[in-house]
Amino acid sequence: MRQHQGKTSDSLIFSSSVADTAVTKAPVESPRLGFDGGRWDNTAPPASLDRRLADWSPPQASSAIWVLIAAIIMTFAAISSALIVRQGASLDWRHLALPRILYANTGVLLFSSFSLLIAGRRFASSRFVDARIWLYVTLAAGLLFVAGQWDAWLQLRSQGVYLATNPNSSFFYVLTVAHALHVIGGICGLTYVIRKANRLALRKNTFAALCRYWHFVDLLWIYLMVLLIVKI
Amino acid sequence: MATHAVHHHAPPVGFLRKYVFSLDHKVIGKQYYGLALVAVFLGMLLSWLMRLHLGWTNLAIPGLHFLSKTGAAGDVMTPEYYLQLMTMHGTIMVFFVLTTAPFAAFGNYFLPIQVGAEDMPFPHFNMMSFWVTLAGFLVLLSSFFVGDGPSLAGWTQYAPLSAVGAVAGPGQGTGEILWASSIALFCIGQLLGSLNFIPTTLDLRAKGLSLGRLPYTVWAWFITSCMALAAFAVLTPACIFLILDHVAGTSFFVPSNLVINDQLQPHSGGSTLLWQHLFWFFGHPEVYIAIVPGMGIVSHILSTNIRRPLLSYKVIVGSMVSIAFLSYMVYGHHMFVSGMNPISALAFSFPTLIITIPATIIVLMWIGSLYGSKIRINAASLFALGFISVFVTGGVSGFFLAQPSIDIMLHATYFVVGHFHLVMAVAAMFGIFAGTYFWFPKMFGRMMNETLGKLHFWLTFVGAYAIFMPFHYLGLAGNVRRYQAFVDDYTQSLIPLHKFITVAALATGAAQLIFLYNLIHSRFWGKPAPLNPWEATSLEWSTPSSPPPFDNFGSTLPVVYHDAYQYGVHSSTGDYLMQASPEELPAEAKE
Repeated sequence: MRQHQGKTSDSLIFSSSVADTAVTKAPVESPRLGFDGGRWDNTAPPASLDRRLADWSPPQASSAIWVLIAAIIMTFAAISSALIVRQGASLDWRHLALPRILYANTGVLLFSSFSLLIAGRRFASSRFVDARIWLYVTLAAGLLFVAGQWDAWLQLRSQGVYLATNPNSSFFYVLTVAHALHVIGGICGLTYVIRKANRLALRKNTFAALCRYWHFVDLLWIYLMVLLIVKI
Repeated sequence: MATHAVHHHAPPVGFLRKYVFSLDHKVIGKQYYGLALVAVFLGMLLSWLMRLHLGWTNLAIPGLHFLSKTGAAGDVMTPEYYLQLMTMHGTIMVFFVLTTAPFAAFGNYFLPIQVGAEDMPFPHFNMMSFWVTLAGFLVLLSSFFVGDGPSLAGWTQYAPLSAVGAVAGPGQGTGEILWASSIALFCIGQLLGSLNFIPTTLDLRAKGLSLGRLPYTVWAWFITSCMALAAFAVLTPACIFLILDHVAGTSFFVPSNLVINDQLQPHSGGSTLLWQHLFWFFGHPEVYIAIVPGMGIVSHILSTNIRRPLLSYKVIVGSMVSIAFLSYMVYGHHMFVSGMNPISALAFSFPTLIITIPATIIVLMWIGSLYGSKIRINAASLFALGFISVFVTGGVSGFFLAQPSIDIMLHATYFVVGHFHLVMAVAAMFGIFAGTYFWFPKMFGRMMNETLGKLHFWLTFVGAYAIFMPFHYLGLAGNVRRYQAFVDDYTQSLIPLHKFITVAALATGAAQLIFLYNLIHSRFWGKPAPLNPWEATSLEWSTPSSPPPFDNFGSTLPVVYHDAYQYGVHSSTGDYLMQASPEELPAEAKE
């Protein structure tokens, strides 16, 4: 079996005793740990699975999501520091009355994180139908958030506040659009997870990676709201 | 003993999947290498054109008007066209050669093999990484043929020149937008690469391959990935700001009341320094993104050829990590003449001097390891030695530039051009050449011609010094950089030296054709390579064939039993013990 250095055993399905001495070529197909097995923690696969296979999804997906989060943090840190430099560079900085819907959107996004947490708990307690329902609720909340952001942009537009109107409006649009794109990325990931769950082929670590990303994007929005309120 | 190969993806079927849209990290590595090869010859051609113009300003270069009718009417380039070629030379070389070849090309090909993995964890992202990078390259090249040509703002693209549009000169409209789009694409491509490199190193290592057993090259690519992650994530929004200033009328980088060509610019309040901050926060780590893989390659090759481990594995790896960490704290030394507070200048000067310490330690480790060794002389080891030479020579001038009081005088002169060309460009190129001569047998299953390789080294080594050492003298004499010609003033006396440099550049460039010939000829007609021609120890030499099969290790994955550099031992294979060999280490080697 494939051994992953420095990782906990939950990234592996089986113990390594068989694999160390075996030299036969493993089948190409990788295991699918569905919820139908009653377990989804990757430790007790259905007996039908080849016991010599490792789950390829776990540790790499987990590391990669941290890599992705680090890159996103750097991007938004760069934009934030640019905002501070730009604000201090000139006297043309004006405060913007934020559309009220942004506060509602914040609530929707917070709720989506909450519903994703519930989905995770349902999975953990093997209530898979409930879990999928909460995934759909999360998806709806994510879509509602993006629609709400769209409405905020339309409101500002109707007030004559465009991208180039003043520096703070420029940063408002850049920050909110960049964040919305990341939420859309999360929605794509969530759609993938739902599809896998419907096929009973979802892996724990794929779901964990999505959760980590989704909650991060949620926290990022909280940070951005504070930034928008204080600076924009 | 071996572990199972768990196939990450099925064997490729069909021409497109095998050679074009391949998921195989080895093919993607070769694609990156091919891209870098095209880019480096293009960049070199541009430098030839620039050098000819600098030596003989009104020289008609036959056929130049095909490249630009307005920029080179009558085959004589205009001052603006000189700047456009200079911009493209710098951009192509820094991004599409010095980043692409040592990091993306070699890293893609050898990182998974050296850690004993079958492939990268996300092959689709890996494939996208290459194609997005290629798209960036094509977008950049397209600026030659669109409107009034490519941007002329230099590879650093300082605002406001880069942000005001066509009014700033040829190429500053469409050409500039294409430049920023190209670099934004490049950044995304490299971020996708890092997304693979880091998990590969952390999660896909073979059984027994602890972090302390990784080859220097794996450490170098891993560290570079971490640097790239932070650097390119910052340059991307900077490029987007630049594009918005052009197409959306925003004022991120353009200040109020700016008048260019008697036209008041419709922007207000932007900060020109903001671009410099964002750019150099990326730009300085970029220097190390280019050079750290070279350090890894040189360490790897030197150890193989002196047949003993380098003085201290931990110190070399620790120094590379320190360099990466410090590289984010020194970027302000590029801005000493921007009017920054002298205290800020001091704050950036100090870590700049500090960062020379880990770099010096690595050099001392190399030289100390070489002392008393019986090095095997081949093209790869010669280029590794050459790397040390040019890295030290170029690095020494960095001590001067790190001090604000000296930098203010030398900043915009050829001294700086000589410094960074030697320490970053030539050194990184030597790393690429060393890597090519060393790994070619594994990549293509054939040996390169050693005689031609050595000839290529000596011509390039002497040529590089002939070109770039005089740059330092020019700078000390006050020769300002970026001038396209020298008017009747004190620089007149420097023109003979410029002509000498031009001749040296033409000759050194021509010597690269030897390399190109060797590369192509050996690829098809070279002597078949044995599995381990250099008697090396790391896992890339344990694959069942050269080039390795699609899954690298065939039916089994390797298990690692030893450190990466077990040379100078007595084993059944000779004076080395391969990492994947289960043979016990002789007792004296353990002590």
